[in-house]
Amino acid sequence: MGTTSVDAAESGLAVATAADRPRRRERARRRAAAPRGDGRIALLFLAPALLGFAVFYVYPAIRGAYYSTTDYNLLSPPRGVGMANYTALVHDALFWNALKVTGYYVVLNIVSQTVLALVLAALMFRLTRSVVVRAMLLVPWLVPNVTVGLLFLWLFDADLGLVNHLISAAGLSTHGWFSSTTWAMPTIALTNTWAYTGYTALLLYAGMLQIPGQVYEAAMLDGASELRMFFRLTLPLMRPVLALVLVVSVIGSFQMFDTVAITPTHGGPVNATRVIYYYIYELAFTHFRMGYASAAAMSLVLILGALTLLQMRLLRASRSDLA
Amino acid sequence: MARTTTARRWSIGRVLAWAFLGVALVVTIFPFYWMLRTALTPAHELATDNTGLWPAHPTLINFRRVTGATTVAQNQAAGGSGAQLNFLLYLRNSIIYSTLIAAAQTLFCAMAGYAFARLAFRGRDALFGVFVMALMVPPIFTLLPNFALVKSLGWLGSFAGMVAPSMLMTPFAVFFLRQFFLNIPREVEEAATIDGAGRWIQFWRVIIPMSRGPLFTIGLITTVWAWKDYLWPLLVGPNPGTRVLTVGLGIFLQQSPNTAPDWTGLMAGSVLTVIPVGLLMVFFGRRLVESMNFTGIK
Repeated sequence: MGTTSVDAAESGLAVATAADRPRRRERARRRAAAPRGDGRIALLFLAPALLGFAVFYVYPAIRGAYYSTTDYNLLSPPRGVGMANYTALVHDALFWNALKVTGYYVVLNIVSQTVLALVLAALMFRLTRSVVVRAMLLVPWLVPNVTVGLLFLWLFDADLGLVNHLISAAGLSTHGWFSSTTWAMPTIALTNTWAYTGYTALLLYAGMLQIPGQVYEAAMLDGASELRMFFRLTLPLMRPVLALVLVVSVIGSFQMFDTVAITPTHGGPVNATRVIYYYIYELAFTHFRMGYASAAAMSLVLILGALTLLQMRLLRASRSDLA
Repeated sequence: MARTTTARRWSIGRVLAWAFLGVALVVTIFPFYWMLRTALTPAHELATDNTGLWPAHPTLINFRRVTGATTVAQNQAAGGSGAQLNFLLYLRNSIIYSTLIAAAQTLFCAMAGYAFARLAFRGRDALFGVFVMALMVPPIFTLLPNFALVKSLGWLGSFAGMVAPSMLMTPFAVFFLRQFFLNIPREVEEAATIDGAGRWIQFWRVIIPMSRGPLFTIGLITTVWAWKDYLWPLLVGPNPGTRVLTVGLGIFLQQSPNTAPDWTGLMAGSVLTVIPVGLLMVFFGRRLVESMNFTGIK
């Protein structure tokens, strides 16, 4: 039975790629046939974007790399210190703590958000095409993270919050969620899981829609159960989309800032929520250590780059079971 | 036959699946209801009236005091700190900030995306490669020098400084719009070429009008992103004249006593950040939802 459905998947896919191929060739032909020498008019089209790119992306990237080798407080000109910032970073317990805390957050957030989103996407995929359902799930994503953070600070408020009311009504012990070293980070992770699960579910759902319907018809004729179809068909066939969504959400999660910034403990209690983005922000704009902050930001660039490559490799994101 | 279909439709698994989806929808929407319910509760009664589904004495005073519609004395009497807040002004600033960015960015990135998709010029692919690489760089890395730059230009505290870095382009929008233009059939332009129209005219007379829908969608999504911005507007424009809603909320919370935050006022302010995007959802919900199918991933 398993084999039949996979066969069906492969043939469905073969149809899709066969149809794709001439189109791709066509496109290549057209590109080659494009008249050479649109140079001058291209400059006109590109001028604003090039200006923006040069001034706000390339130039600051170079400045950032340079700052990371200086001592700079924004008031007096930067003073070169060589690699001193990087050596200091290696011995900075707070920097390592920030990375550890960020990693903890990413794991909590990504696991809960992805699992929930996958379940929701699969349910929608098999139950309903309703736009209203999807629109409702998307609402938390439309709202600023600051608003979401504030709302959860209130819901999880130690004294008057609804969550503690419900918990004590159920006879369980309550917590000061955001003010507890143990619970602060899980609560922040939960906050952002709430904000991003619907959005992630919609992306995954879109990936599922690309799976040819015949695959399921064949499997149903074989009497496959929904659960079996999910694990044997849906999951493997949408792996490239899942991988891409994972890579992008891990990178986004690594850069969580707003929720911590709005929480009155500001990275506390006792550094429990001082994530790397917030730490860099504090270095630059509370302590005015622009050079040192740039070195930390540079490290983050390298970490995220390495993480992306690693993930792509592990998830074999570029290869699909469909093709 | 009919019976088996009904059986299939109402199998236990199906009921459970719908139940799970239903719970997910309630968990998604209920916190917004709670935000509104809190905003409608008189501040003095919140300590005793904070569990029912509807406040005992609903009031609009919290909205009035956070929009600066009350005097200092009235504000304090209603549970505020007396500090004058003007969330209507912040709302205006948020609207200016996000529409300026969305409109300009969509236009300029459409031009660039078109050039990358359809024009032949030396170094095109290499340049596009560099744009795509910039997608990988975490914003905080360029944010620090950009802040120094905007400061040295004397643009701190102005809309110019707030919108400058994202107004001209973002690598993502260029990337997305290039993909879109690649899929427009070339015949359309070829017909216009025969008419003797140059690339520039073709772009404005043919390409832009026929791409209105997708351009509007990307503009909508850009508006939402800009609406959510916090860090950059916090650094560049925290003063009341340019203070956006997110920054206003952050400052409001900081001014509020740590031991007993002004929750009713804070939730009233929060409602104001939700209403505009809620309206976008009501009017353009289908567009936004369906855009998830093709923007793929930010």
